[in-house]
Amino acid sequence: MAVPGEASVDESHVGENKTPPGRYWKEKQEEGKDGQQTEQTLQQKKKKKQKAKKRKQKEDQRDGKKFISGKSDPFPGPAPIPEDRVQKFKRKDKIKKPPHQHYKLRDVIARSEEASEMAQKQAARFDLLLPEDAGFLEGDEDEDTCTISQEDIAGAVDITSGAKYFNLKLPQFGPYRLDYSKTGRHLLLGGRRGHVSCIDWQSKQLMCEINVMESVNDVKWLHSETMYAVAQKKWLYIYDSNGIELHCIRKFNDVLRMQFLPYHFLLATASATSFLQYLDVSVGKEVAAICTKTGRLDVMCQNPHNAIIHLGHHNGTVTLWSPNQKEALVKMLCHQGGVRSVTVDKTGTYMVTSGMDKKLKVFDIRTFKPLKSYFLPAGASSLSLSQRGLLSAATGDIVQVYRDVWSTPVTKPYMAHRVRGTAWGLHFCPFEDVLGVGHGEGFTSMLVPGAGEPNFDGLDANPYRSAKQRQEWEVKALLEKIQPELISLDPSELGRVDHATFEQRHQDRVQALGFDPLAKEKFVPKYKKKGRSSAGNVEKRKKQVAHEDQRDVIRKTVEDKMKMEKEKKQREKKAAVLSNQRSALDRFKK
Amino acid sequence: MQRGPSESLLHQHMASVLSSLSVCPLSLCRIMKVKVLSRNPDDYVRETKLDIQRVPRNYDPTLHPFEVSREYTRALNATKLDRVFAKPFLASLDGHRDGVNCMAKHTTSLSTLLSGSCDGEVRVWNLSKRECGRTLQAHEGFVRGMVVRFCGTSFFTVGDDKTIKQWKMETPGYGEEEEPLNTILGKTVFTGLDHHRKDAVFATCGQQVDIWDEQRSSPIRSFTWGVDSFSSVSFNPVETELLASCASDRSIVLYDMRESAPLKKVIMTMRSNTLCWNPMEAYYFTSSNEDYNLYTYDMRYLDRPITVHMDHVSAVLDVDYSPTGKEFVSASFDKTVRIFPKDGGHSREVYHTKRMQHVICVKWSADNKYILSGSDEMNIRLWKANASEKLGVLAPRERESRNYSQKLKEKFQHHPQIRRITHHRHLPKNVYHQSKELRIMKEARRRKYANVRKHSKPGTVPVVSEKAKHVVTVVK
Repeated sequence: MAVPGEASVDESHVGENKTPPGRYWKEKQEEGKDGQQTEQTLQQKKKKKQKAKKRKQKEDQRDGKKFISGKSDPFPGPAPIPEDRVQKFKRKDKIKKPPHQHYKLRDVIARSEEASEMAQKQAARFDLLLPEDAGFLEGDEDEDTCTISQEDIAGAVDITSGAKYFNLKLPQFGPYRLDYSKTGRHLLLGGRRGHVSCIDWQSKQLMCEINVMESVNDVKWLHSETMYAVAQKKWLYIYDSNGIELHCIRKFNDVLRMQFLPYHFLLATASATSFLQYLDVSVGKEVAAICTKTGRLDVMCQNPHNAIIHLGHHNGTVTLWSPNQKEALVKMLCHQGGVRSVTVDKTGTYMVTSGMDKKLKVFDIRTFKPLKSYFLPAGASSLSLSQRGLLSAATGDIVQVYRDVWSTPVTKPYMAHRVRGTAWGLHFCPFEDVLGVGHGEGFTSMLVPGAGEPNFDGLDANPYRSAKQRQEWEVKALLEKIQPELISLDPSELGRVDHATFEQRHQDRVQALGFDPLAKEKFVPKYKKKGRSSAGNVEKRKKQVAHEDQRDVIRKTVEDKMKMEKEKKQREKKAAVLSNQRSALDRFKK
Repeated sequence: MQRGPSESLLHQHMASVLSSLSVCPLSLCRIMKVKVLSRNPDDYVRETKLDIQRVPRNYDPTLHPFEVSREYTRALNATKLDRVFAKPFLASLDGHRDGVNCMAKHTTSLSTLLSGSCDGEVRVWNLSKRECGRTLQAHEGFVRGMVVRFCGTSFFTVGDDKTIKQWKMETPGYGEEEEPLNTILGKTVFTGLDHHRKDAVFATCGQQVDIWDEQRSSPIRSFTWGVDSFSSVSFNPVETELLASCASDRSIVLYDMRESAPLKKVIMTMRSNTLCWNPMEAYYFTSSNEDYNLYTYDMRYLDRPITVHMDHVSAVLDVDYSPTGKEFVSASFDKTVRIFPKDGGHSREVYHTKRMQHVICVKWSADNKYILSGSDEMNIRLWKANASEKLGVLAPRERESRNYSQKLKEKFQHHPQIRRITHHRHLPKNVYHQSKELRIMKEARRRKYANVRKHSKPGTVPVVSEKAKHVVTVVK
C-alpha cells in the first residue's frame, strides 16, 4: 500500500496535459518536472520527425530489441564492418536510378544493388576472419632493414621458415633461369648450359633433373606442376615432371622468353626473330603469331590483371600486345637506351621498368603516365614484383628489394643481399615470403618478409592440395578457360553495356520502322467528364506540361552553367595560388 | 591447433653479428622484429582420409582476376549444357482409339489425368505408372468437354449427344455397371464445360452459355449476346463468380454469374478458340486465336491486349497456364506445342515430334513440372516443362550449382553468342519454312504501310501498333 503523501509525488496516469494542483511545498519540484516534460515533448517531436524520415531508419531502430526486463541491446543492429574492408570488395559505384516510368528497371537495379551490397558486406566480414597475417621486418630505431643479413633473419625465425633460406651451388651449368609454379610449391630451374631440374623446394625433394644438351633460354611451368616448357636453342620443348619429353614444337623457334597466362591456358613466347607467338596448351594449337618487327625480344612480362603481354625493346620502348591484334596495342617510350626489364603488379595498375640508362621507372598503366623515376647507379638487369607489391631488382650480383616504389619516393632498399654470381633470373614465390634468385653459381632462395600473400584461395591456387584436388581443379580450370578473343586492355569490358552498338541498332530500327519507337510521346490530354475537357481546359493542361518540360530543360542548363562556373573558379583560384608563390626570379623584378 | 607465427624479439650475440656480412660493426647489440609467413600444414590438410578436404577461401578480388570473362565462360558452358540435356519428351500414353479431344487435370491428385476422345471414350490415366486405370464409354460422338469437380470425387463430361454426365471418380467395384451419377439431357449440342471453384455450380457453352446448379436439370441462368455458338467457357479462379467465353463471332465475352446479362465483350479480327485465366494474376487471361497468335488481355481494359504472343504458324487450339502464372503452354494445329512467358511476345520453347499430329488439347500439371498434350493421332504425350531439368530429388550441391548457373545465364542472357545458343531450336521442315514465309509476308506488309505513310500527308495515316491491330471493337 502506498502512503497518500507519496502517491501525490508520483506521476499521474491520467494524462500529461492535466497538471496536479499547485502546492507551495512542491514548487521547486514542479519546475524541475516542467523541464523534464518539455524535454519529453521535444523528444517526442523528434521521434515523430524521425518516423517521417525513412522506413529504413525505423528498421534500424527496431533492431535494438527490447527485452521483457526493460533492458535494451547495448549493441543494436548488425556488427559494424571497417569501411576499408568493404571498399576492398567494391566492384563499381552505384548506378543512378532511372526515372519513375521505368519502374521495372528501377526494381531490377534496386534488387541487384541490394544483392551486391550484401555480398560485399559478407565478403568484408569474412575478410576479418582470415587466419594468416602478412610477414614484416622492422629494424632498430636507427637501423636500416637493408643491413640485416639473410643469416640473421633465418636465425631469428622458426626452423621451417629458416629452412627456406638456402643456396644451391650449381657452378657447372649456370647461370640459371627459374620459375615457381602457380601454387608456389614447385621450383623449376633452367641452367644456360642445358641443366633443367624441378624441385619441390619446401621439402627439398628433387622431382626430376635432366640435361637437354643444348642451351636453355627460359623455363616455365604450365598450368600445373605436371608439365613445363623449356625454350631451348632451336625449338620449344614441353617436358613432364618426370623429365620425359612430351612435345617438341617446331613452330616455335629461337624462343628467348616465355610467359604463361594461366586462365587462358596460353603460353606466350618471344623469340630472337622478333616473333610473339601464343600457344594454346589445352589443345596444342598456335593461336596467334605476331611479327613485332622490333628485333630481338628478350624482355617480356605479362600483366596478370588483363593478360596483356608487355615487351621491352632496344630503343627504349615498351609495347603492349594481345593475340587479337597484329599491331601493338600501346607503344610507350620509357627509357633512353634499351629496356632491360619490365614487370607489372598484380592489380595491373603499375608497371616498373629498368633500362640501360640506369633508371628505374614506375608507370601507371591505366593512364600510361610515369609516376616515379629512380636512378640506380648500377642499373637493374632484372625485376620482379611480389604479390604484396615488393619490388626486387638485381644489379650485378646484388639483389635489392624495395617497398612502396609507387606511392612514396624511396631512398633506401628494404632489403639487400649479395649472391655469388651475377643474377640472371628473379622470381618471388607466390604465397611465401621467399624470393628465388637464379645466378651464375646456382640458385639462392632468399627470405623477404612481407612479400607473399598470406591467405590463399583454396579453389584458385592451393599450395597444400592433394593429387585428387589438383585433378579436380584442372578439370574445372579447363572448363572455364577464357577464350583468347576476350583478352583486352580492360578485362571488365565484357560486363558493360555496349552503347555504340545499341545506338547503331536503334538507328537501323528507326530507319526500318519509319518512326522512332523510343521517342518521347507527344502529350495528349486525357478526356475528362463533367465539362472539364473544355477547349480552354485542355489547352491549359497542355501548357502546364509544356511548362514543366521547359523548366526541366532550364534546370539542366542552369546546373551545367553552375558546374562550369565552379570549375572555372577553381581553376582561377589554383592559378592565383601559383602566381602568389614567390619564385627565385622575383628578386630581379623592380 | 597451434600455428607458429614466428614473431620474435631477439638479442643476438656479438659473434653472430660479426659473422654476417651486411651488419655494420658498430652496433654490437641489436633488436629487430621479424615475421615470415609460415603456415602449419595441419590447418590446411585434412586430418584423416575419412574427412573431406579443407578448402580455405579468400575472396579478395585481386586474387581472382578476369572475373567477368570467367563468369561469361561459365554462363556459356551452362547454356550449352542446357541444350545438350534438353530432352523434354518423357512418355506417350496410348490407348485411345480416336483423336484426343479434351483433357482434365484432377483437382487433388497429381498423378491422375482424364482424357476424352473423339469416339466418346473417356480414359482415366495414372501418370506415375503411365498406364490407363479406367475406360468408359461416356458419349456417342465426341467428348467435347470435361472437368473435375473441385472436391475431386466426381467429374463432368459433355458430348455431342447433347448430354451432360456426372461420373464418380472411383472405379466401380467388381460386377458394378459403369454408370453416370447424373445425366442431364440438353436441347442443343454442348461444346465446352467448366466448374465453379467453390460452389456446386457449373457452366456449359453451346448455342448459349448456361449456368447449371448440380441439383437441377435445367440451367439456372442462360446468357446470349446475339451469337449463335460458343467454343469454350472458363471460370475465373479468384473472382469465382466471373466467367469468360469465346464465341464464334470472333468475340470474347465476360459474364458475371450473379447478373442476368453479360458484362462486356471484345471483338477481334479472328475467332478465339479457347481461353485460360492466369491463376496468380486473375485479371489477366490469354486466348488462343485462329490467326496463329495468342492474346493476353487485362479483363478491365479489353480495348487492346497486354501482349500478343506470336510464333505458331497455324491456328492455336488450346492454352493452359502454369500454376505459377509466369508461363503458359499452347497447342497448335501446326503440330507443335509452345511455351510462352506470360509477358513475352515470343515462345521460349517449342516441342514437337515426328509422330505428333495436330495438337488439340494441352495441360500444364499442377506441380509445374510437366506438360501434357493430346493430339489427333490418339496419343497423350508427357513432356517436361523445363526441357533440360533433371528429374528427381537434387542433392544440395547439385541444387546450388544449378541455381548458380541459372543466375549466370540470366546475367549474360543478352550477350549475342549466349542468346543465339539459348534461342536456337530445331524445327520441323514445314514449320521452319512456314515461319520464314510468314516473316517475309509480315515484313512486306509493314514495308508497304511504311511507304504509304511516307508518301501521304503527314498525320493522315496513323501508326497502328501490333497490339491495336487485332482488336475490332469493345462492346459493353
